[in-house]
Amino acid sequence: MSMLNSSPHGHQGHSTGQVMQQVMLACVPGLTALTWFFGWGTVINIIWLALLALGIEALILHLRGRPIAFYLRDYSALVTAVLLGLALPPTAPWWLGLIGITFAIGIAKHLYGGMGYNPFNPAMVGYVVLLISFPLQMTRWVLPVGATDALPGFGESLVMFFGAEPFAGIDAYTGATALDSFRQQRGGMLVSEFWSVTDVMGRWSGLGWEWVNTGFLLGGLYLLYKKIIGWRIPVGMLAAIAILSAVFYDGGSSASGGSPLMHLFGGATMLGAFFIATDPVTASTTPKGRLIYGAMIGIIVYVIRIWGNYADGVAFAVLLGNFSAPLIDAYTQPRTYGHRK
Amino acid sequence: MSIQASHSFYPLPGGIHPSENKAQSLQGPIRQAELPARLIIPLTQPGFAQAHVQVQPGDKVYKGQLLASGNPVTGLNAHASTSGTVVEITEHAVPNMSGLPELCAVIASDGQDEWQKLPPLDPAETDVDTLITRIHDCGISGLGGAGFPSHTKLRGALSKVHTLVINAAECEPFITADHALMREHADEIIKGIWLLLQITGAGKCLIGIEDNKPDARDAMLKAIEDAFDDRLSLVEVPTKYPSGAEKQLIWLLTGTEVPSGKITIQSGIMCQNVGTARAIARAVLHGEALVSRITTFTGAALEHPCNMEVLIGTPVAELLAQCDLDESRLSRVISGGPLMGFHLPHADLPIVKITNCIIATTESELPTPAPQQACIRCGFCTDVCPVNLLPQQLFWFSRSKELEKAEQHNIMDCIECGACAYVCPSHIPLVQYYRATKAELREAKEKELKAEYSKKRFDFHQQRMEEQKRQDEQRRAERAALAKKRKQEAAAGGEQAGGEQAGGEQKEAKDAIKAALERVNAKKAARAAKASQQEQNDTEPGS
Ligand code: SF4
Ligand code: SF4
Repeated sequence: MSMLNSSPHGHQGHSTGQVMQQVMLACVPGLTALTWFFGWGTVINIIWLALLALGIEALILHLRGRPIAFYLRDYSALVTAVLLGLALPPTAPWWLGLIGITFAIGIAKHLYGGMGYNPFNPAMVGYVVLLISFPLQMTRWVLPVGATDALPGFGESLVMFFGAEPFAGIDAYTGATALDSFRQQRGGMLVSEFWSVTDVMGRWSGLGWEWVNTGFLLGGLYLLYKKIIGWRIPVGMLAAIAILSAVFYDGGSSASGGSPLMHLFGGATMLGAFFIATDPVTASTTPKGRLIYGAMIGIIVYVIRIWGNYADGVAFAVLLGNFSAPLIDAYTQPRTYGHRK
Repeated sequence: MSIQASHSFYPLPGGIHPSENKAQSLQGPIRQAELPARLIIPLTQPGFAQAHVQVQPGDKVYKGQLLASGNPVTGLNAHASTSGTVVEITEHAVPNMSGLPELCAVIASDGQDEWQKLPPLDPAETDVDTLITRIHDCGISGLGGAGFPSHTKLRGALSKVHTLVINAAECEPFITADHALMREHADEIIKGIWLLLQITGAGKCLIGIEDNKPDARDAMLKAIEDAFDDRLSLVEVPTKYPSGAEKQLIWLLTGTEVPSGKITIQSGIMCQNVGTARAIARAVLHGEALVSRITTFTGAALEHPCNMEVLIGTPVAELLAQCDLDESRLSRVISGGPLMGFHLPHADLPIVKITNCIIATTESELPTPAPQQACIRCGFCTDVCPVNLLPQQLFWFSRSKELEKAEQHNIMDCIECGACAYVCPSHIPLVQYYRATKAELREAKEKELKAEYSKKRFDFHQQRMEEQKRQDEQRRAERAALAKKRKQEAAAGGEQAGGEQAGGEQKEAKDAIKAALERVNAKKAARAAKASQQEQNDTEPGS
């Protein structure tokens, strides 16, 4: 039977490429906030990773004997590049991105059979490989505008990007992220005390970070509105984080884990909830399963933030979620019409 | 108007809202198609029993005259749709899913269109059996989709049905044949419904209609009011595809889920389409065989889309010409709707009883499907599946030929509505994969069944051999014992008694054979009963 003969004969007109384009478009508010508060580094990362991603994807497709142009048009490699670029610190040198994206696309994606077959989110695989291998470079964030007098300019960002070794003045610009400081430098202070002594905290969460998260939240709502992502994964993840942080807030005592707002609008929460955990290829696929999958990622994020060794746990949480997705799916098959409960 | 449409329904999961494209063909009233010079009338129906052809080339026939009779249980009669001469009886391509040619009668019309009707029946005076026989005689089959013979469905439903569901949803885009029919012939539909209630003994009837056809709804409400029958009610359901699929409509209207693998009658519900109801009314009250139907002609390649009353057997090409087909824009012709219909290889095909719509479309209206990309597991398909399947999982299993897993994930419950493929951003022809997998599963089942039979037969044979051996041995032992006894008796001098003994032994052996035969027969009967039940479960009448 040829394709022409097969029903349905109509289509609603969305293609996978368009879906991916929308995802990239929805990243713009978050990216703008990142650039405003932390300088040009992220933009440079994304451009560099995008070029690499397209090149690597084309090379591998060529090696695998696939039609290059056809597959590049699904834009999935670009989305991976954008997500990894958003996650990398703005100070990342060129080789960091090169290693990360090579792992992401070459190994996490194509070694498993390419688009649609990869069990793990490629961008997060790349990120975690870098985080484990280069912890120093991966945790050196730029201080947000407001906590420092001057952001690195575009030129300085380029110097950081091309420098194999950080240039002399880099320390003036960089420091730990807000979540990191909250974990490591609080030393028994009440939450409110810490807020008043540090200049990396903003109104509810990390200075700058609260706006970055607001940006990704806006982008996420746009994707929801466009029906590109479903509500279950983000709601599951955000609800889990909100509930856990409310439980362990402890009135802002010296043992407090931080307020729900700080967690929801801190670190990579919104980016993770709307853009990374929702990656369809690697998420759970049943309706109930997605809620569980999201909640599970939320719980792991919180646990890592409070009791783990890393300041933020989104990448690890998503990979652990990916790992459990097939199992979750197996236990959450919806009841088919005509089959009794 | 005192009678109102009800709006209480059970919401359907999933579903899609494709653009309706219905207005084009609803601009005018139903047109009468021109009398064709030559008609090609299928004498058999795919999947149903063989027909007995009643005419020969050269015979003069009247409109409504029997051409071929199907068997009384599952067969469908075929009739001449106009008066004229039988030119030949031959295999001809017909618009069906399988694409296989069927035995057809080619009739040259004499231009008179002269009827030969059966005598009208007075339903109040006629018993149920006669009514069903009339429906059989008139060759009526479901006009909504699958074309299942109506008399077969009705006989199966006798005194088993409490609710009659009338399908007036017409949820597929482009198709407006039922809509037009309701606008113009609501009274006849209601008469047909009355007959269906009479036959089945159902206590109530729910008519399900989508809320995108208020004029048809009002016409139906008026007819219901005129009929003074409080068993009838009309339920307006939200426009959503596929709310007109049989089991989906039953859920919407009654909140009943027909168990998987069962037919609706087993849940006490029978579903019939409005067109079928009208055909039944014409057959009983006017003695007219099913020789014409209302078909929608639409699509951007037609200057004048419309609904037409067409004779069964009229070549599609002629009808397209009557709607002013613009050949230069035509990209393809589809029989049925854009979601479940099938593509016609050419237009030299006749209208058949199930042809509810012909779409002559253009590339811009229904573009050629884009090439298939990788599944990104976005789950759009899951969100729209009306049966709560996991279409993307079914796709993976179908592609990797994991038949068992596909079955565990209930692929056999897929109604092939195409909603999943419609939303798939990777343009995967999902339904095509499912059809293939379902066919493979059915085949595997059949093989299994056959294997089981032959194993049983083998076991039985084995058993019989052993039994035989045992009996032989027993007999030998008995004979030996007898001989011994006889010898002893002979020695004692009792010849007479020995003869009597031998007769008794012969009778005993006969009894043993008879008992064995009885066992064989009982087993055979049990097997036959089981097989016929299996068959019954496998045949799923559509609406
Ligand atoms: S809609 Fe298509 S691409 Fe998305 S999960 Fe379903 S089959 Fe895969
Ligand atoms: S075609 Fe089958 S799997 Fe797809 S939406 Fe319809 S019922 Fe569900």
